[in-house]
Amino acid sequence: MKQMGKLAWALWFGYAFLYVPIALLIFYSFNESRLVTVWGGFSTKWYAELLQNDQLLGAAWLSLKVAAMSATASVVLGTVAGLALARFGRFRGRTLFGGMITAPLVMPEVITGLSLLLLFVALEQAIGWPDGRGMTTITIAHTTFTMAYVAVIIQSRLVSLDESLEEAAMDLGARPAKVFFVITLPIIAPAIVSGWLLAFTLSLDDVVVASFVSGPGSTTLPMVIFSSVKFGISPQINALATLMMVVVATGIFIASLVMARQERQRKRDEQMAVQGG
Amino acid sequence: MIDLLRRIGLWGRGMVVAIPYLWLLLFFLVPFLIVFGISLSEAMLAQPPYAPLIDWLVDEDAGTTKLQILLNLSNYLRLGGDDLYILAYLNSVKIALVTTVCCLLLGYPMAYAIARAEPSRRGPLMMLVILPFWTSFLIRIYAWIGILKANGVVDNLLQWTGLTTEPFELLYSDWAVYIGMTYCYLPFMVLPLYATLEKLDPTLLEAAADLGCRPWKAFLTVTLPLSLPGIIAGSLLVFIPSVGEFVTPELLGGPDTLMIGRVLWNEFFANRDWPVASAVAIALLLFLVVPIMVFQHVQGRQTEAGR
Repeated sequence: MKQMGKLAWALWFGYAFLYVPIALLIFYSFNESRLVTVWGGFSTKWYAELLQNDQLLGAAWLSLKVAAMSATASVVLGTVAGLALARFGRFRGRTLFGGMITAPLVMPEVITGLSLLLLFVALEQAIGWPDGRGMTTITIAHTTFTMAYVAVIIQSRLVSLDESLEEAAMDLGARPAKVFFVITLPIIAPAIVSGWLLAFTLSLDDVVVASFVSGPGSTTLPMVIFSSVKFGISPQINALATLMMVVVATGIFIASLVMARQERQRKRDEQMAVQGG
Repeated sequence: MIDLLRRIGLWGRGMVVAIPYLWLLLFFLVPFLIVFGISLSEAMLAQPPYAPLIDWLVDEDAGTTKLQILLNLSNYLRLGGDDLYILAYLNSVKIALVTTVCCLLLGYPMAYAIARAEPSRRGPLMMLVILPFWTSFLIRIYAWIGILKANGVVDNLLQWTGLTTEPFELLYSDWAVYIGMTYCYLPFMVLPLYATLEKLDPTLLEAAADLGCRPWKAFLTVTLPLSLPGIIAGSLLVFIPSVGEFVTPELLGGPDTLMIGRVLWNEFFANRDWPVASAVAIALLLFLVVPIMVFQHVQGRQTEAGR
């Protein structure tokens, strides 16, 4: 019992370590003073200034567009890749394919960014595409490194999934495409949703790869934050961070509510099935 | 007939796999070949700033064209000859190791406490660990700037308690980098540790206690060895991204906090020396990423064999 007491202390210390910095950040976003760490009274003026900062809002809009597009593309590609790894058995080039799926997970961002930039430059020289760098190249880069995460999520979901459902449908004469859309897809839908959310978050968070592959005039939100943070702290960034955290917390809260509800529904269905049988 | 259907099925599968396959070939594998090629090139004041490797030399008098391939190893010789690169490489490994140990020391008790908590409370407690991961990495690093800088929260607290009278700055030092990186990667350590500790059979500890084993000894001889897979998985998850880290040392570290990711960035953006940046990338790949992937592969095989 005494040991558990010590453990509880360790746990609370860990949570304090994780949350105190975030709490301070939110607290100082309502600070009147320009000196972020000296309290000068309550104020929401930094939020008002934030909403008038066109450069920042433009970057935020670009980042959201890139994140939505690359998350969608990487969910499509990653689902197919995960399906191939979990269900297609051994096919020619599977080892290389598996390697290329897992390698981006351990690749330092600076290398991914540099290599993609050099590819885009070489492609532009050779075939004239992509014409300059901007939203398209950032989206392609983000799709490439986030699809690995989606593929891993989908693959692990499929491996734990009973294959007999799909086999039964096949035996009853359903074509592979139909089996995928009617049986497999609905079952792995939660994994697809979490894959999309993860890809979206990773894209919205990336500063290194985007810095390599972006061109003049296409600055993403993390790039703006990074360059302004490099020259010290600013209350506007505190306000922005607070807003971002409110959005994330709300999103996660809603997602966990929906998932808990689905889980209850599933358990109820299972019970009904058992009783009915 | 069945054979034909099978063939169509296989062909369909092939088409399905082809899309992500080609995407990865084009946007993941081919870029490395280009990086390797450019690492053998020479920096030049041009657009793009490197000398072409392959050139067609047209000899108009003789009416012939010659293919000229220029490879130069000077970029790699520079990496081996200049202390900067070797130091940066070693320092990256050192910082990543310290970060991993800090995460382990902080994360193990947390994971253990959560695994020991009542089953209904484990989910929410884990959720609290993962939640910060969903907020921006950059913002979380930024939060520490306000805490660690001179006149920041830590400094004010120390001056208020009278421990220091001089302004005290932790920011722009290796310490700040350790704190920031431990902060960011802690969830990566807790997650796999919790997964293994939760599966641990508590009756094993009871048996040890019944046989007169003290709690500490039981922990060292039973719990710790059994949680080794979680320790290895968590350490890899922290170590791998730490080694190539750029953002944290750039924002929290001092100008002398050398890390290989930062060196690559500076060669590329500040010096505009694309060939040397490429050579740094290739060296990092060979000496770090490839060994890690091999280790992971072997590790995965062993876990599978152990089952």
